[in-house]
Amino acid sequence: MKTAGISLHCARKGSWYIIVELPDGKSKAQLIRLGIHKGELVRCLERLPGGTIVVQKNRQEIALGMSLAKSILVARADSQRPQSDRYQK
Amino acid sequence: MSGTESISPHEHVEHHRHFGMSLSQDEAVLKVALVGNPNVGKSLFFNFLSGVYVDVSNYPGTTVEVTKGRFKSYEVFDTPGAYGISSFTDEEVVTRDIVLEADIILNIVDAVHLERDLFLTQQLIDMGKKVSVMLNFMDEVGKLGLQIDTQLLSASLGIPVFSTTATTRAGFEQIDAALEQARCGEQDSTLHHKLHTMLSMSGSEAEALLILEGDEAIAARHGVSPGHDRDSIYIERRNRVNLIINAVLSDRRGGARLSSALGRLAVNAWTGIPMLLAVLYLVYLFVGKLVAQDIVGFTETTLGNELWEPWIRDVVAEYVSPSFWLGTILVGEFGVLTMTVTYLLFLLLPLVIAFYVSLAILEDSGYLPRLAVLVDRGLNAIGLNGSAIIPLILGFGCVTMATITTRMLGSEREKTIAATILQFAIPCSAQLAVVAALLAGAGFRAILIYSFTILAVFVAVGTILHRTLPGVTTPLLIDLPPMRLPRFDNVARKTAYRTYYFMREATPWFFGGALGVGILHVTGLLAVWQDVLAPFTTAWLQLPKEAATSFVMGMVRRDFGAAGLYNLALTGDQIVVALVTITLFTPCIASLMIMLKERGLKIASLVWVGTWIVAFLVGGILSQMLI
Repeated sequence: MKTAGISLHCARKGSWYIIVELPDGKSKAQLIRLGIHKGELVRCLERLPGGTIVVQKNRQEIALGMSLAKSILVARADSQRPQSDRYQK
Repeated sequence: MSGTESISPHEHVEHHRHFGMSLSQDEAVLKVALVGNPNVGKSLFFNFLSGVYVDVSNYPGTTVEVTKGRFKSYEVFDTPGAYGISSFTDEEVVTRDIVLEADIILNIVDAVHLERDLFLTQQLIDMGKKVSVMLNFMDEVGKLGLQIDTQLLSASLGIPVFSTTATTRAGFEQIDAALEQARCGEQDSTLHHKLHTMLSMSGSEAEALLILEGDEAIAARHGVSPGHDRDSIYIERRNRVNLIINAVLSDRRGGARLSSALGRLAVNAWTGIPMLLAVLYLVYLFVGKLVAQDIVGFTETTLGNELWEPWIRDVVAEYVSPSFWLGTILVGEFGVLTMTVTYLLFLLLPLVIAFYVSLAILEDSGYLPRLAVLVDRGLNAIGLNGSAIIPLILGFGCVTMATITTRMLGSEREKTIAATILQFAIPCSAQLAVVAALLAGAGFRAILIYSFTILAVFVAVGTILHRTLPGVTTPLLIDLPPMRLPRFDNVARKTAYRTYYFMREATPWFFGGALGVGILHVTGLLAVWQDVLAPFTTAWLQLPKEAATSFVMGMVRRDFGAAGLYNLALTGDQIVVALVTITLFTPCIASLMIMLKERGLKIASLVWVGTWIVAFLVGGILSQMLI
């Protein structure tokens, strides 16, 4: 199920991902505070043309700039999306 | 603001010493800190506790200054919103210091975003502080199909938890109990032991924790080197919070939230831009058309020029002749009682109100953070990230206030870029109001040329700074609040409050400026100044030489300068040239002072001289091309 990590920057809109690796330093601390860290499930909500990404984590929407998204490694995890996802449509 | 006191981060250290002293004199006074993530309603609690109005918005970063108030026997401190306690930004530093000093923490938690907010709660508990949690937005919890077991939450954290809805003040009667029952919660036991071994060195568990988490400033305070355990402590804390969430939160509808479809459309590649254009157009219809033309047309001409001015002239004429120097100063061309009153009450006031109403609606709707996402990449080009759009937009309200807000940005480099752009190329609401009124008369082409030129300078200044200043841009990382329908009472209160402070600030400068110009006028110095500047004004800018008066006025306040162009007979092209020059011209005295304080003498004076050069250079080039 786990493929090699890809950059969150390349995430596809609507797909689910598991966080594999965070960049070191200050942004890591801030990401953990917002609930984004290794093993967490997020969904890519939007990709803007410039590379800014909006992800959903539970009931939160979090926007990440391109350079930050590039430095976060994720793995595709559509099979793990919450059962309740079907209500979302 | 009686009963309260603002403390900027820089003065803050100083303030602590006073704290210590006041405590020994009067030990009964307990210090309460209101702490929470951005945008969780802290200010609403503070308004209730202190009876003093604080700006409330649906976007992060509104509380840039700390406000202190009194509630019964407590001293209450509002803090800037933070996701955790550390020293990453100026705002966090302020929050950190207040938390360290406080006896009791009232932790405001957004019940809809428990997993985000409880990280801070757990950190406060780990610091060994006495904490009570106020769960806010409980009304939305039900609507979203969520259920929170508050008793279990309280038991898991080891501290009391109270349910509230701050917008309607439901549950506020429990605040007394919350303050009395606040206590130290469940710390991680290994962490607890570690902190205790450090006590002799750090003085408090709170500071010991921050040192372990690698807080350099606190470590330096105690002469030790910062720890390296931040990542492991953070991950441990995050896991603990996740466990608590799994136990207390049940979700009948599933993990979906979330914000309305509208919120999603605002950050979508295809719909975001049209939506932004629609928003701008609505603002233009309201401010630029309804208020700037129809309403101001009535207030300025009918009320100001036709009713007020003749009346006050007659009254004054009873005592002094209008041709006598005192008469000229009072009711002459630049009269303190004629021109100034008309500008202030009948031109500025309606426009400023209109701007603040629009701004309040945009803020409270939750649109601004989404705008930050939309423009993120664009702002990267000038060395900023999307969140800089908030100070830039606030600049259209008041450049001075916006310059203070640049503190929320991630690095010194970004603060310098944003503050400089604000000083150069962002016209404040008052000035923009006058600009809009003048441009509306000059036609659509004039509006286009004006906007394009200012935008070009904006981009040029940003690009040059981005290329020359060392360092890199910090990437955007923001949490998007839900879109909410703005509440009428909050919009009205916010507008009234901001307008009041704006007018209170502007009025003395206007009267002082008019008095100064009036004196220059009667002493003949104004004519000398006009002649000195004549080569620039008449030959280079191709404006009437009286336009030089506006530049004197513009040094005091930008809007005052633009207003000074109001009475000149100018062609459409001349209006554009004059407005471009006065917009780019030196920032008002108040914003220059803030610039000095925030960014230092070197940058402030470079910017001030730079605005003179750029204003005349760009204005002149435009004039040579157009006229």
